[in-house]
Amino acid sequence: MNDNSLVKVEQLCRYYGALCAVNNISFEIQRGEVLGFLGPNGAGKSTTMQMISGNLAPSAGQILIHGMDILDQPRQAKAHLGYLPEQPPLYRELTVDEYLAYCARLNQISRAKCRSAVNAAKERCGLTAVGKRLIGNLSKGYQQRVGIAQAIIHTPDVIILDEPTVGLDPIQIREIRTLIRDLSREHSVILSTHILPEVQAICDRVLIISQGELVMDDTIAGMQRRMEATALIVAFRQPPAPTVLESIEGVETVEALDKGRFRIHYLAGQDPADTIVKSAVADGWGLIELTPERMSLEQVFINITRTEPTTTEDETAQLEAGTGGVA
Amino acid sequence: MMFVIAGKEIRCLFLSPLAWTILAVVQLILAYLFLSQIDFFLQIQPRLAGMDDVPGVTEIIIAPLYGNAAVILLLVVPMLTMRLVSDERRNRTLSLMFSAPVTMTEIILGKFLGLSALLLIMLLMITLMPLALMAGGSLDYGVLASSVLGLLLLLGSFAAIGLYMSTLTAQPTIAAVSTFGVLLLLWILDWAGSGRSSETASVFGYLSILRHYEPLLKGVFNSTDIIYYLLFILTFLILSIRRLDAERLLSR
Repeated sequence: MNDNSLVKVEQLCRYYGALCAVNNISFEIQRGEVLGFLGPNGAGKSTTMQMISGNLAPSAGQILIHGMDILDQPRQAKAHLGYLPEQPPLYRELTVDEYLAYCARLNQISRAKCRSAVNAAKERCGLTAVGKRLIGNLSKGYQQRVGIAQAIIHTPDVIILDEPTVGLDPIQIREIRTLIRDLSREHSVILSTHILPEVQAICDRVLIISQGELVMDDTIAGMQRRMEATALIVAFRQPPAPTVLESIEGVETVEALDKGRFRIHYLAGQDPADTIVKSAVADGWGLIELTPERMSLEQVFINITRTEPTTTEDETAQLEAGTGGVA
Repeated sequence: MMFVIAGKEIRCLFLSPLAWTILAVVQLILAYLFLSQIDFFLQIQPRLAGMDDVPGVTEIIIAPLYGNAAVILLLVVPMLTMRLVSDERRNRTLSLMFSAPVTMTEIILGKFLGLSALLLIMLLMITLMPLALMAGGSLDYGVLASSVLGLLLLLGSFAAIGLYMSTLTAQPTIAAVSTFGVLLLLWILDWAGSGRSSETASVFGYLSILRHYEPLLKGVFNSTDIIYYLLFILTFLILSIRRLDAERLLSR
């Protein structure tokens, strides 16, 4: 096992009765990595996270945290974990200070260090001003922050956040994202979401799961590559015949759109933009638009989650690339 | 870790008005019963004075007081135990403890100890009443001590069974009703065997939670009774731990 891998999940399965919620998922998380867990509703994101956090026992498979099995050595393994479930586990009748102190003690922080741990967590999550208030009276955004503070209070190596930005307003979402990026400097973060820009904004690596199966495990750079252009939109004042465009090297097909616009599909790695511009100048086509067409993350996501898992992802991305919208 | 959970449990109990209300109501009712018992004792005292071998103040006042306390607490304890786990399950706060480095045993024992602390306070308040009689005379401390011990063990059993019922459901009311049902059944169990052969009667009588309480009220300290209660508490605590463990395996 790699020294740097903090969490190692091997062939994880989980059944609810006959229903298979998670089927044979394996992945690893390195130190300091932010892992995005992406999938449509009911794909098995929360189930997987509950299993990693020790709230749910897997039907099959193994979860190692710092090399310790969560079932065999739960105490040692859980000491390295901070978990924020979908619904933050808050006691509404306690104040923020009382609640965080309880969480700190529960996570084996000694009485002497408890106060400083609480203060540190409050500071990181911007809760210093509300320490004396009852959790039940706080707004949803603050409650969410208390939930995050609870997960990081014992400075665990791995923080698991299940849809941390759900139900927040855009400003709060931005604050929480900044917080998560801050956290990733010292901790590894596993994050689940179905909001795609969030993944682009925060994560280093993306796992897409669909119907309980892992359909993609890639870095953000890899995601970006999947989203790269394989088509150009061009528009000319005096458009040439489509056959002329088709004869340009690297061009696969040309689709005529309205008013002298064309969509040009080309082979991967053979961007014909240069040639088109040169020809346009030489032959006086009057080029007025040249836009690389990109697949949006949404498109990649939909393509991947809708396709049968048997198709390889590369094929899918290429097959579907042409239909993408403009990013 | 156990004591951290117990401490939080007591704090939450006293943050809600429930614990205060229950303490006040129980105290009020028992004080009324206690005073009427004293009244009764004062009425018959002149007649008792002339006779030999008559029950003393301890038998006449303390035994009925603890007997009544047991019945009232049978009604009250389910209301205190019902929220222990079911409320946490409903509010999804159980995962806080499940993902912390805490074992199921510590969670259950913490909950049990937290509630026991409240019940101890209640027991103390009840015991203050007979102790007040020391101002006007002397008591049979042996009988008083065995009555207190009896009620303590009885309350422990109530709490253990209530805790177990609370681990079974997400609805506090259901936990309360089923705890009450089981307690009442255990209370009246010995009626079933009364008309039958002596063998069935003795089995039902042994199982009845009341049969083991009565001797203690009379000052009879029988180790069978003590072991019965301890086994009872232990059984339901173990069942609760098993139930919580099964939760991770079986369901959400």
